Amino acid sequence: MIRMAIRADMYLADPLFEPTPKAAPSRDGFGKALLELGEKDPNVWVLTADVSESTRTHWFAEKFPKRFVQTGVAEQNLAGVAAGIAACGKTAFISAYGVFSPGRNWDQVRVSICYNNVPVKIHGSHTGLTVGPDGASHQALEDIAITRVLPNMVVLAPADAEEARKAAHAAAILPGPVYIRTCREKMPVFTTDRTPFEIGKANAYRDGKDVAIFACGAEVYEALRAAESLSKEGIDAAVIGLHTIKPIDEAAIEEWARRTGLIVTVEDHQVNGGMGSAVAEVVSGLQSPVQVIRHGIYDRFCESGEPMELLKKYGLDAAGISDVVKKAMEKKKQ
Amino acid sequence: MPDRFRITSMKKLKLIANTIRQDVVCMLFEAKSGHSAGSIGLADIFTALYFNVLYHDPKNPGWPDRDRMVLSNGHVCPVLYAALANAGYFPKEELLTLRKLGSRLQGHPHRGALPGIENTSGPLGQGLSQAVGMAIVSRSERRKWRVYCVLSDGEHQEGQVWEAAMLAGKYRLGNLTAILDRNNIQIDGYTEEICPLEPLAEKYRSFGWHVIDVDGHNIKKIIDACEESRAVYEKPTMIIAHTIPGKAISFMEFLAEWHGKSPKKEELDTALAELQKQRDAVETEDF
Repeated sequence: MIRMAIRADMYLADPLFEPTPKAAPSRDGFGKALLELGEKDPNVWVLTADVSESTRTHWFAEKFPKRFVQTGVAEQNLAGVAAGIAACGKTAFISAYGVFSPGRNWDQVRVSICYNNVPVKIHGSHTGLTVGPDGASHQALEDIAITRVLPNMVVLAPADAEEARKAAHAAAILPGPVYIRTCREKMPVFTTDRTPFEIGKANAYRDGKDVAIFACGAEVYEALRAAESLSKEGIDAAVIGLHTIKPIDEAAIEEWARRTGLIVTVEDHQVNGGMGSAVAEVVSGLQSPVQVIRHGIYDRFCESGEPMELLKKYGLDAAGISDVVKKAMEKKKQ
Repeated sequence: MPDRFRITSMKKLKLIANTIRQDVVCMLFEAKSGHSAGSIGLADIFTALYFNVLYHDPKNPGWPDRDRMVLSNGHVCPVLYAALANAGYFPKEELLTLRKLGSRLQGHPHRGALPGIENTSGPLGQGLSQAVGMAIVSRSERRKWRVYCVLSDGEHQEGQVWEAAMLAGKYRLGNLTAILDRNNIQIDGYTEEICPLEPLAEKYRSFGWHVIDVDGHNIKKIIDACEESRAVYEKPTMIIAHTIPGKAISFMEFLAEWHGKSPKKEELDTALAELQKQRDAVETEDF
């Protein structure tokens, strides 16, 4: 009864909320995919910069040591060595924390990977606020902005471990560079192996007519929770997961803008230049633009804390999202 | 098959180096911008590489077993383009389109734009890492092809070069030969004044490399050093090639001011006259 608005063709976990689906970090799904890919394709290589265990690449390393390169704490070299490997016809996955790769090595990502146009798949783990206690220095909140601006680059922000697994598989098939953003913290695995995943295609998880919430990464499940509570207050919110930020699903954005007349974007990232900006760029080009409220981190460095505490403080848990949507709805009525 | 490109006559190689120098000054004059001193100074090294050392096939640039030549300091690409065209990768007429709209000869080399370009470069310090990646693949798959990487001295101020040097040492990449163009100049002046690099040989040795110092204008010695590197199985080799920036053009030699500019008409004429004189001398020399 309560799940009427959840789209059946998305094959989400059932039950979706009570109890919360089993939790796992999205980096686990990514690491699992690398193992599967290593088995399937002898051209898949994996490289890391002293973070093999925390990026879950040690699973691949144990099984395929000859196709694994440990560069040490050297993310610029990591990107360059991967570009060289990829120039030899290999698919090279590089894993490090998002703040270091594509953060520290952005120039190498730009020239050695993107301009070279070689199949290097950049895995930024430990992205977003949910890195938690490590604090602002380690919270990658700018990675979407700095990758989506690069020509030839595809940008993926999977919502849970299962979607991260699919993202890695989909990335491996593409002929060019891809950035995949994952999180350290365990989050509910609310999608299933039957949930669709196609690069460039948004997943509308929940139907709604009043407002369309576009979310990516850890915020998708929070947005679904927010929509559930909003429905009890008479607000019918659609929730669309944007696992692909580039190339962005323009058709879906246009459709939901038309259907609801109001868009709220939610991301565990700076509001400037991130997924919300990408959505707003599309909306601004529409014949009949609608209002886009971008929610995320508002141009600031955050702080240490437990992941859920931080999401709460910065308004990125379900309650925080609900508040933003309610305010947007009030404005819409005026 | 690839051996047919291997020229061993020193006279012929010297004439090719002279042709490359003439091509480079004409290209830079036509382009009205670009990097003269390093490009001219590297003519002998690129002659040795593309006409003797490398196993490659200009008619089949994608030949899977070719040696890879990674250029790290992309700003000296005029010499790379001239070497590629003279080797037969593309028509020589195209050389004069350097840096012009619609040209395949980009201001800094771009992989995929032109046959024979193995890597995109420009921002300094990125080539050795890519060369290391290629060498790791070749060795892991037990291929015979080797990787060569040309670097500048100034770019050794970039930290990434040392990250790559460290990793090459770790993996004992005996199939990697790097050639460092030790010409002592960079945009702002002389390397040892800007930020000293020496002792370069000791630095590389301490990173686990085999190091050879060589006169970067002696084609025979460059070839010999590359041969020596093939015989060192357990270490990557760094050939420190001591060169004179702008070598063979009197008004350009040794001057840092020629790092990043192109010749004007009268300078072009002087340069071509000097180079022609040297060419005539080589023609009459006994080898």
